[in-house]
Amino acid sequence: MAAKTLTIDGKQISAEEGATVLQAATEAGIPIPTLCHLEGVYDMGACRLCIVEITGIPKLLPACTTKVAEGMEIKTNSERLRKYRRMILELLFAERNHVCAVCVSNGHCELQTLAYSQGMEHVRYDYTFPKWNLDTTHRLFGMDHNRCVLCNRCVRVCWHIEGAGTKNVSGRGAKSRIITDLNMPWGDADSCTECGKCVMSCPTGALFNKGSTVGEMERDRDKLEFIVNAREKKQWIAD
Amino acid sequence: MKRIMIEPVSRIEGHARITIQLDDAGKVTDTKFQVTQVRGFEKFTEGRPFYEMPGITSRICGICPISHQLAASKACDAIMAVRIPPAAQLLREIIHCAQVVQSHALSFFYLSAPDLLLGMDHDPATRNVAGLIEANPELARAGIELRKFGLLVIEGLAEERVHPSWIVPGGVKSPMTVQARDRFLAAIPQAMATAEKTLGIFKGVLDSFTEEIANFGSAPTMYAGLVDSAGNIQFYDGLLRFRAADGSIVQEGIAAEDYAEFIGEATLSDSYLKAPFYRPQGWPEGIYRVGALARINVAEAMGTPRADAELTEFRQRFGRMAHSSFLYHYARLIEVMYGLEAMQLLLQQADVLDTHVRAEAGVNALEGVGMIEAPRGTLIHHYKVDENGAITWANLIVATGHNNRAIGDGVRQVAEHFIRGDKLEEGMLNRVSALVRAYDPCLSCSTHAIGVPALDISLVDAKGALLDRLRSDA
Repeated sequence: MAAKTLTIDGKQISAEEGATVLQAATEAGIPIPTLCHLEGVYDMGACRLCIVEITGIPKLLPACTTKVAEGMEIKTNSERLRKYRRMILELLFAERNHVCAVCVSNGHCELQTLAYSQGMEHVRYDYTFPKWNLDTTHRLFGMDHNRCVLCNRCVRVCWHIEGAGTKNVSGRGAKSRIITDLNMPWGDADSCTECGKCVMSCPTGALFNKGSTVGEMERDRDKLEFIVNAREKKQWIAD
Repeated sequence: MKRIMIEPVSRIEGHARITIQLDDAGKVTDTKFQVTQVRGFEKFTEGRPFYEMPGITSRICGICPISHQLAASKACDAIMAVRIPPAAQLLREIIHCAQVVQSHALSFFYLSAPDLLLGMDHDPATRNVAGLIEANPELARAGIELRKFGLLVIEGLAEERVHPSWIVPGGVKSPMTVQARDRFLAAIPQAMATAEKTLGIFKGVLDSFTEEIANFGSAPTMYAGLVDSAGNIQFYDGLLRFRAADGSIVQEGIAAEDYAEFIGEATLSDSYLKAPFYRPQGWPEGIYRVGALARINVAEAMGTPRADAELTEFRQRFGRMAHSSFLYHYARLIEVMYGLEAMQLLLQQADVLDTHVRAEAGVNALEGVGMIEAPRGTLIHHYKVDENGAITWANLIVATGHNNRAIGDGVRQVAEHFIRGDKLEEGMLNRVSALVRAYDPCLSCSTHAIGVPALDISLVDAKGALLDRLRSDA
């Protein structure tokens, strides 16, 4: 496959044709913050945390869905990007009810970690305090829509790793919501195999093992990548 | 006619207002003790999974989060219908002892010692913990040491000092290491020596407070507290006993799940703090007190040698039933000694290091009640859940609530005794605040409300004109 040469943050690198900017940067050891990206499933650019500046393109583009091109000049860490990333995080916090202190993922949450690492000191926007419910009808797992950031990881792992297709999205915009089967209680969703991959993939405390208390949800996401590698590359290699 | 308002009352946990009504001759005609804020934990926890309750309700208070976690976890144990592993029970009792020691140390040294050791009439600018450090560094250090000891144990077990999430439905998250146990055991003798020294200092100044002892909420009431099968004091388990002012036992053997049969809650029109009462006697006849003084009145003995020696001396001084609210301070110090002795015994138990510390189960009962003795008195968490474990109803009866009416009556007694004429003297108003402080009320807990303690006293005449005002930050 042809290689493309490009510049990321002043560093000359080469990447395989068809690779995304995120993949190229990761391989070159240049960190780009991500939230909806998950190794093992396709990217969809849902969260916009990985936006980058590309010379000649006025829009900011998500690194996870933008393919590399010859001669690209990319900035991943400008003041403009930091400003927008903070803004995105603040909007995520304002959109639902994220209460870290009493959350099952406190201390192991990707949203919380990003807020720290991106220097989010406060939320400028009014909290919307929406009324979302919980679904605790499943025997093993629970879903708290208050803590969902609509990253779609659970939907992608359910369809494309497990192949069950239980998880879907209903509604539009801020009213979007993760549903199970035809919008029925999770406990009644026949297609669910109880594999728990959705719980493993969740970046926040939205999906959890029932019975989890504050800070108890630690997730082993490497397992998802392991399964994909085993299936697609016939490699059974764990880190 | 004039009205004096003390708002907010300082050096307490939470936010309260005291109103004192004077007639034209300057005589106290009425007093009100009002708690002015509301938080609504019982409402907003509806819909949450029951196993989140220890984490959520512990946020009611930063001083005794452990107490709420324990009561909440016990209520959750009941919903799961499990008996927690023996080691988990011991570890919960150990952290609870640590919590009682550090909380009582906070109440005594940081909040009340400035009144007791600097004097009720001392300049308010330095009548605080900073003034205490200056005037009596040794005593201030003792307070810091005892609190540090309690927090050392809490942090050593639960990894965090203030809001750990270690106590969980079914037990605790992790076992205790040998190293942690040895560290705690090694620190106990020093803490006991500090407690004993403090008791000595306190007993030394008691004689200068005879007027306060006689007039500080000294009206006899019924008392309630948990006791074990031998009738000795119990912080974590045990059954609730009510003992009348004359020393006779009114009712005993009340299990957590039966509390509602014996405890009713009156809603007051002018305060957000509800007032529990002994249901068989009705409101307001059935008022009773809880907390350190109530516990030592209710129990036959402490059950540990040094604390029992202190209790014997206490009863020699004040009789079998002691009624003055001023003596809550004394009772608290005896309980600090008991907490240290009890912890030492618990740490020496054979299965305390067992690694099986958590029972797992789903919803096996749709209702659960947890009852413990928090530092400030009996604490009850009562939850109802649906079959998926979501909370449908919650009721929290918090220690300070039980004392609501007694604090109100005590305020009146202190005001009638110490406030004379229409001249506002800071020292006499401080005695009114000190009565409230004697109960170490946690108003943020009891209304599940939040507030910044500060002192604001207004003297207003019958026409509403402001005659005088004193104000200070906490």
